[in-house]
Amino acid sequence: MIKFILNNKNIATGLPPGMVLLDFVRYHQHLMGSKVGCNEGDCGACTMLTGELKNNELQYRSLTSCLTPLGNVHGKHVVTVEGLNMEGLNPIQQAMYDESATQCGFCTPGFVVSLAGFCLSAKTATAQNATAHIDGNICRCTGYKSIERAAAKVAELMQGRQQEEPTAFAAEKKILPEWFAGIKQRLYALVTELNGQLHSSSATEWVGGGTDVYVQKHEVLQDAAIRFLLDDEGLKGISQKGNRCIIGASATVTELGESPVMQQYFPRLPEYIRLVSSTPIRNIATVGGNLINASPIGDLTIFLLALDATLLFSNGEQKRELPLKQLYKGYKTLDKQPGEQLESLSFELPGKNTFFHFEKVSKRTHLDIASVNSAICMTMQGDTIQDVRISAGGVAPIPKLLDKTNAFLRGKTVNDPTITAAIAIAQTDISPISDARGTADYKRLLLGQLIKAHFFTAVETVFR
Amino acid sequence: MKNIDAYTHVRGESVYLDDIPLIRGTLFGASFGSPVAHGVISALDTSDAEALPGVVRIFTYKDITGENQIGGIVPDEPLLAGDEVHFCGMPVAFVVADSVDAARAAVKKIKVTIEPLPVITDPREAQVQGELIIPPRTFQLGNTSDSWPQCTHVFEGRADTNGQEHLYIETQGAYAVPQEHNSIKIYSSTQGPTAVQRAVSRVLGLPMHLVEVEVNRLGGGFGGKEDQANTWAALCALAAHHLKRPVKYSLHRMEDMAMTGKRHPYSADFKIGLNDELKIMAYEVTFYQNAGAAADLSPAVLERTLFHCTNSYFIPNVKATAYSCRTHLPPNTAFRGFGGPQGMFMIEAAIAKAAEALGIPASVIQEKNLLQTGDEFPYGQKAQSEAPECWHKASALYNLAQMHKEVESFNASGKWRKKGLACMPICFGISFTKTLMNQARSLVHVYTDGSVGITTGAVEMGQGVNTKILQVAAQVFSIQPGKIKIHTTNTFKIANTSPSAASATADLNGKATLMACNAIAGRLKKMIAEELNTDVAAITLKDEYVWVNGERTDRDWKSLVMAGHIKRIGLSEHAHYATPEIHFDATKEKGHPFAYHVYGTAIVGVTVDCIRGTYTVDTVKVVHDFGASMNMAVDLGQIEGGIVQGIGWMTMEEVVYDDKGKLRSNALSTYKVPDIYSVPEEIAVDCLQTPNDNLAIFRSKAVGEPPLMYGIGAYFALRNAVRAFNATGEFPFSAPMTPEKVLMALYEKQKEGAIETHEETINHLAVDK
Repeated sequence: MIKFILNNKNIATGLPPGMVLLDFVRYHQHLMGSKVGCNEGDCGACTMLTGELKNNELQYRSLTSCLTPLGNVHGKHVVTVEGLNMEGLNPIQQAMYDESATQCGFCTPGFVVSLAGFCLSAKTATAQNATAHIDGNICRCTGYKSIERAAAKVAELMQGRQQEEPTAFAAEKKILPEWFAGIKQRLYALVTELNGQLHSSSATEWVGGGTDVYVQKHEVLQDAAIRFLLDDEGLKGISQKGNRCIIGASATVTELGESPVMQQYFPRLPEYIRLVSSTPIRNIATVGGNLINASPIGDLTIFLLALDATLLFSNGEQKRELPLKQLYKGYKTLDKQPGEQLESLSFELPGKNTFFHFEKVSKRTHLDIASVNSAICMTMQGDTIQDVRISAGGVAPIPKLLDKTNAFLRGKTVNDPTITAAIAIAQTDISPISDARGTADYKRLLLGQLIKAHFFTAVETVFR
Repeated sequence: MKNIDAYTHVRGESVYLDDIPLIRGTLFGASFGSPVAHGVISALDTSDAEALPGVVRIFTYKDITGENQIGGIVPDEPLLAGDEVHFCGMPVAFVVADSVDAARAAVKKIKVTIEPLPVITDPREAQVQGELIIPPRTFQLGNTSDSWPQCTHVFEGRADTNGQEHLYIETQGAYAVPQEHNSIKIYSSTQGPTAVQRAVSRVLGLPMHLVEVEVNRLGGGFGGKEDQANTWAALCALAAHHLKRPVKYSLHRMEDMAMTGKRHPYSADFKIGLNDELKIMAYEVTFYQNAGAAADLSPAVLERTLFHCTNSYFIPNVKATAYSCRTHLPPNTAFRGFGGPQGMFMIEAAIAKAAEALGIPASVIQEKNLLQTGDEFPYGQKAQSEAPECWHKASALYNLAQMHKEVESFNASGKWRKKGLACMPICFGISFTKTLMNQARSLVHVYTDGSVGITTGAVEMGQGVNTKILQVAAQVFSIQPGKIKIHTTNTFKIANTSPSAASATADLNGKATLMACNAIAGRLKKMIAEELNTDVAAITLKDEYVWVNGERTDRDWKSLVMAGHIKRIGLSEHAHYATPEIHFDATKEKGHPFAYHVYGTAIVGVTVDCIRGTYTVDTVKVVHDFGASMNMAVDLGQIEGGIVQGIGWMTMEEVVYDDKGKLRSNALSTYKVPDIYSVPEEIAVDCLQTPNDNLAIFRSKAVGEPPLMYGIGAYFALRNAVRAFNATGEFPFSAPMTPEKVLMALYEKQKEGAIETHEETINHLAVDK
């Protein structure tokens, strides 16, 4: 039995936990405000919010309900556009209305929900932050300028908030219905009642955030026995032990971006994270999922390959460590036993003399899959490269380290001839194919350019 | 006034096709599309699919009770494949089951054996093989062959534009409900309710008066739901007709993308000649339109390409020939601009080619050749031109000279980032080019409590047409908008409608509504005049009251209406409007096809990252000819939205088929439309107020399609930025200018001797070989 609060209503359902939230809300609860746009998390028309208690604080995140199984909202508060409706228009809706930020209206509820997610977050009340919350919503009619204007107005709504909890503030200021003020207590009671996670004893499928598996095998998962990993406390957390960073397999991309450890050691982290999918996807997509999915182009995979991450697998009885660079055996083939599960991964945090950088180019800069992505982790001794790892995605059947290039660069000084030679050698490390993300020739040229960009950035930041 | 649907939109209460409450017993459909682009079906095995739980019946062409034909202009498109398939995704069978999941699962169990036949994806190849949808057409003005000797500069070249996926966020769909007396009601997400009615009538073999098509609203259309909505409605109707049960089919995004046609890719050869003063003396162009496997609307799209082949320029000698080429792609269809954008891209490419060769900004040539009032278009109509006014106002208002200077100094100051600038004047004709389609009807009822209900042939898809129609009635009756309701579009209430398309919907249906409201108001005024023993001319309706000679009376709107009813005066009117003045003779290719033209000029600025090949479109500054806008909020939304959609077409939106005719960009993960971060930081829109009378409703010129073509400027601005980095590299005129094409162009080497085209990137036009 899955239990959660849907808007202001308690839900207890015996429907399959693998059913997607969007279908449940539309076709079983008959709340038609959330729309079916793409079924793969790329349009945001189905955006909902989930609220959960984290350290006794009520935390809301947006998500794409077309990729979210019911099992992942067990014990949480789910908010749809219907849950935001009050007498007349709420101020978010009023801003959209006043700015004519809706035309055909099909994407509009998703935008309203995403902006409500901004109001329920603790983010600073700037237009930029409000806009960041709608980065996963596609509108085909307006050209977004009116929506930007509406988002700026929504940001103004939140400017009075000081240390108050966003939910309480929003309820008090009548930005959202008053009953939001009581949700924290109700969630607390629900979580206490549930006392633990939903576990299927006979799981045949494992699901983290679902952002990839629900695109790939939607039908299979609907009725499958699933073990839900997203909220498994044993798989969460991002922490520092000595000079290593340890990341739980179920840590989300959002959590990675918000992690104080990561922010401290990777000053440009926010700009890298912004290149990874969109806010609602980052809120549910897990680090472990990105690695195990084995996409040749996974952004975090490329990021972590350059950091020479080590994986920790468990089969329930034994644990096994494996360097990430040894995980991929061929296209979507892993050095992983069927019973093994990724628990966590770790890597050495960059030291003073180590430069790290991530580059990604895609057809659309945001909310897109890379044509080519690449990361570099380079330790300098004076002006000599002591150690370097450049990784690249989209240029081979697997995400890979450019071994020959890296070997060549070790011990070299950074200058134009070195970079030019490295780019030439990199061409022998890779075997790109032509596909919808670009021709092989383009990917070859682009990887060279990204290597150039790595060194240009290094020169700007390290060698100033 | 805001869009009248905005209130329910922001609350999530607006009803789209998939939101209609289900009738008990409803079944769900899913279509099985051909996995092969061209071939002969030797076997179709549906037995495994039929055996699945929940499957009710699987329909094939053999079950069609009428005619297996849905072609609108040319009868060349079967609803369900018979012996042959002509494109990947062509419906072969239609599964009906008691759940969506069961229907989709069954589709996967259908087995088909197809003997493959040769696949053509390139329109030029189709033309060589004589695979034409209709005979080629040529528009001619003056004499080009006599003109070349007078030209100081002559340039030839080739230009290509790719297709564009509509990507309405609401996918296609229909819901068919059998009614008594063998009739059928179909809810459809269509821009053309009558087209759906006609298609269903033909396929089922039912007369049109038994086919009711109702449309509440669309979650976007952009032309994609004009003729292409017919298929799904006909499939649902066929199944409902046989099973006597309601049947619904709302397409999965990947079905929609794979099975429906898109904007037509075009390839063209051009030749342009200029005199010493940079006046364009002659222009020849040959268009190869990639029509796909069936005609659909391609002949009409082709015609509009010819109409707009000289954009907003006067060229005394023009010869434009166009081939509509049959390939094995899904039948391409209407898309905002309807062939016009492709025609305009080619002349802009020709001008850019001349400018690049002469080492001057294209804007110098553009400005010298703008249409003047009285100039003749190649199709014979004389221009009532606002082109110079828009250009000069934009140039002065936004200080074009200063913008050019800033770009130059920016480009001189750094190596790795380059800016580019381009001007994009537009001229777009308003009217369906098929003259007979320029008619509309409106049914207005005034109820005895003073409320008003209006039904027209217009379909609301976000463009705000219902808002404008409501404004018409509110103005004539001078009553509060809240007293007026615009009803669903329904073929039983308004017959023989034209689709909501060609930017003309508000004009046509608004004028019909104006006539209907005027008729009712006129009768009521006449009644009052008789009652008060005064002249009708002295009576006005204002602020819900009757006024006589400018003095308010005690007679309010509600009591006026009631008095009319008591006196047995008709409070309803069904009015018919037909656009005057327009005509076109296709045998001579001359006439006066457009009620009026819309003009404008955009200045587009971009910045290219010359390391990565990525770019931003920084600014679009526009002076647009509105006539006199009747709703600035709605019109501005159309302009901003059109610009961004046009930029999308020119930059990131890349339709990719492989050489087997299979769509590779088949989902939102592989086909990218602009997101909030990719739109220009600044879109400035200034109105050109024009005093001239025109045939638009309340002189408020049509605004749906024209702004899309401002986006073409993004291509040329990017090209200019790339050339600032790589002045000598040769790269083709090939849109969209994706980051891939930009990077390849930035690093295109200067070749000695003959210049090769980019084989690989050119292939992206329609085919990734």
